[in-house]
Amino acid sequence: MKKDNKKNFISLVIVLVFLGIVLLLDQVIKPTDNMSMLLTVLQKGSVYALAAVSMNLLNGFTGLFSLGHAGFMLIGAYTYAMLTIPDAARADVYQYYDPAIRFSIPEVLSNGIGPAGTALGVLIAVIIAGLIACLFAYLIGLPVLKLKSDYLAIATLGFAEIIRAIFQWSKLGPLTNGSNLLKGFERTSTFKLAIGDFTLSLSTFVPVLIATICIWIIVLIKNSTYGRAFVAIRDDEIAAEAMGIDLAHHKMLSFCTSSFFAGISGAMMAMVLSIAQASNFRSAMTYEILLMVVLGGIGSISGSVIGAFLFISTSEWWLRGLDSGKWLGISAPGIFRNGFRLVVFSVIIMIVVLFFRKGIMGDKELTLEMVKAWPKNIFNWIRSIPKKIKSLFSKKEAK
Amino acid sequence: MGGNHLNVNKQHDLNDSVLRLENATIQFGGVIAVNDLDMYVDDGEIVSLIGPNGAGKTTAFNIITGVYAPTNGAVYFKGKKIIQNHPQGKMKKMYSGKDAEKYINLPVLEPTPDKITQMGIARTFQNIRLFKSRTVFENILTAKHLRRTSNYFTSTFGLNKDEEAQMREASLELLRVVGLEDVKDELATSLPYGKQRRLEIARAMATDPELLLLDEPAAGMNPQETLELAEFIRELRDKYHYTILIIEHHMDLVMNISERIYVLEFGRLIAEGTPTEIQNNEDVINAYLGVGEEDA
Ligand SMILES: Nc1ncnc2c1ncn2[C@@H]1O[C@H](COP(=O)(O)OP(=O)(O)O)[C@@H](O)[C@H]1O
Ligand SMILES: [Mg+2]
Repeated sequence: MKKDNKKNFISLVIVLVFLGIVLLLDQVIKPTDNMSMLLTVLQKGSVYALAAVSMNLLNGFTGLFSLGHAGFMLIGAYTYAMLTIPDAARADVYQYYDPAIRFSIPEVLSNGIGPAGTALGVLIAVIIAGLIACLFAYLIGLPVLKLKSDYLAIATLGFAEIIRAIFQWSKLGPLTNGSNLLKGFERTSTFKLAIGDFTLSLSTFVPVLIATICIWIIVLIKNSTYGRAFVAIRDDEIAAEAMGIDLAHHKMLSFCTSSFFAGISGAMMAMVLSIAQASNFRSAMTYEILLMVVLGGIGSISGSVIGAFLFISTSEWWLRGLDSGKWLGISAPGIFRNGFRLVVFSVIIMIVVLFFRKGIMGDKELTLEMVKAWPKNIFNWIRSIPKKIKSLFSKKEAK
Repeated sequence: MGGNHLNVNKQHDLNDSVLRLENATIQFGGVIAVNDLDMYVDDGEIVSLIGPNGAGKTTAFNIITGVYAPTNGAVYFKGKKIIQNHPQGKMKKMYSGKDAEKYINLPVLEPTPDKITQMGIARTFQNIRLFKSRTVFENILTAKHLRRTSNYFTSTFGLNKDEEAQMREASLELLRVVGLEDVKDELATSLPYGKQRRLEIARAMATDPELLLLDEPAAGMNPQETLELAEFIRELRDKYHYTILIIEHHMDLVMNISERIYVLEFGRLIAEGTPTEIQNNEDVINAYLGVGEEDA
């Protein structure tokens, strides 16, 4: 137990240092800098990291193969947006409809208790976004969680598509603005903290902080007695039930928890992108998140985080030049033009999947000991590449 | 040595039995896998259920543990009726067993397996079913989940520290008892066969049962290991006062530890009695004892 406490303390220190660095970067990097891509990656990366970890909780730990993630993120994004558009801006946003909601939680609270009210209001709206997604998960979970794996995947995929259609339905326009996007709500680019005459920019810090807290909670769930029950269901449903684990109850818990955090990541996506638009939340988004989970390692929380950040930084940042003529100092406008980035990206994904069958982390978590052993392991891994390539082309089933 | 238990079927009050099956019948399609099975196991007894492969022994366990609802009949645990059914739906027409009218107007009781375990009945599986991604220790710890008093919230945020510590301590203690403490951090599935079977017993014990159902616990063991297992099962019964029902093919183990034996063939009970009685029973010798052991 003492050893556990020490470990927890070290993790806490590392997380706090990380948050401190993000806060610092938020101040020193200006939006016009070259390095501003780093901030974009941190913002979007934390949205996707939370989405991937919450998907992993369900698909990885509990073994329920669900593909409804984009649907729950959509619900979260819209809920957040609808609750935080200032009243004055509503008429401008809902051009063709009479807005049904006529208040903004942050606005109401800041009128009551000043600037802190805005922050509190945003927080409340984010939590409500998660809760509404969770409520939908409960209702859809009652019928679909009884289904076996493939059918569950199809049913949840269908649910996400239906949700997307419903949110664009003109009859719901007064709430969702129909097929038009929602904008003008509280967004990260305006998040600031004034201390005397000094203003702290929080536009990257806030999403990173929210994702960190949520992922931390998911880690706690995984390590709790309920987390052990989830893994038992994944490992062997029949044995889990024979050990007294109520399958219906625990599957529902896992599904609702996963959707709650998916809803929050949807809200974060809205605040990072400054818009909420149903047509963005296609099943392709679910597949992207699934890819991050698989890349990182199914069943590993740190793997999902690494997978999400690698995915986002590769597609949004490191390969940018491939679309715009110049990459790594090589100038080749003929080849490096629109669309080439995606080609290279797909090839990279294929290579990674071929070489890391179980994802980067497998089902292990990142630990200090592992980081210490990296130099040696990476060396061994590089040495084993020729053998791996050979095994890819040999007839025998590669291990 | 077992065998001195009085077979007082007539005077003995069946309501005192820990487990009792009454007309338990299960029909899959046209096949009756368990046919009108009546049996009981008394408090603290070790009873064996034997019979050739495909006789319906595992299916009987699956009825008791709620994996399958019987097509007809009832199961009692500690005098209380926990399972009851009569032919329904398609089975109304198809049913070819007995006693359907006896239960037709009685309420249907079909609890899920987790509810049965909650009541105090735990089992092991013929084809070992350990939690494969987990260590030996975690397998046991997971089985402690059902006796929790904490909820989702308190256990996530560490507000159940005492309970968690107790669960861990009890799991360690159990590993000490079954002699797996030295391999506690190894992957459960990396253990040798015999130890995996032992771990399955320990995991069932972790649910704090009163009745243990062991499905071929000695399968794949050599004679030496089988002997040790018999000793071990008896020790557990004496130490924790379990009531134990065993399915087994190893006749030395069965004759060694059973107080009474039930013999199934084609889903039907063909004999019951003490080991001596069973060993001298013509029907059993014909049906089973002569050929059974090579079979196993
Ligand atoms: N789910 C099922 N569906 C159809 N038949 C089954 C099912 N489960 C068991 N049976 C049949 O019931 C019979 C008894 O099987 P079982 O109880 O496993 O025998 P054993 O005595 O060897 O444990 C077998 O003929 C088997 O094929
Ligand atoms: Mg069997």
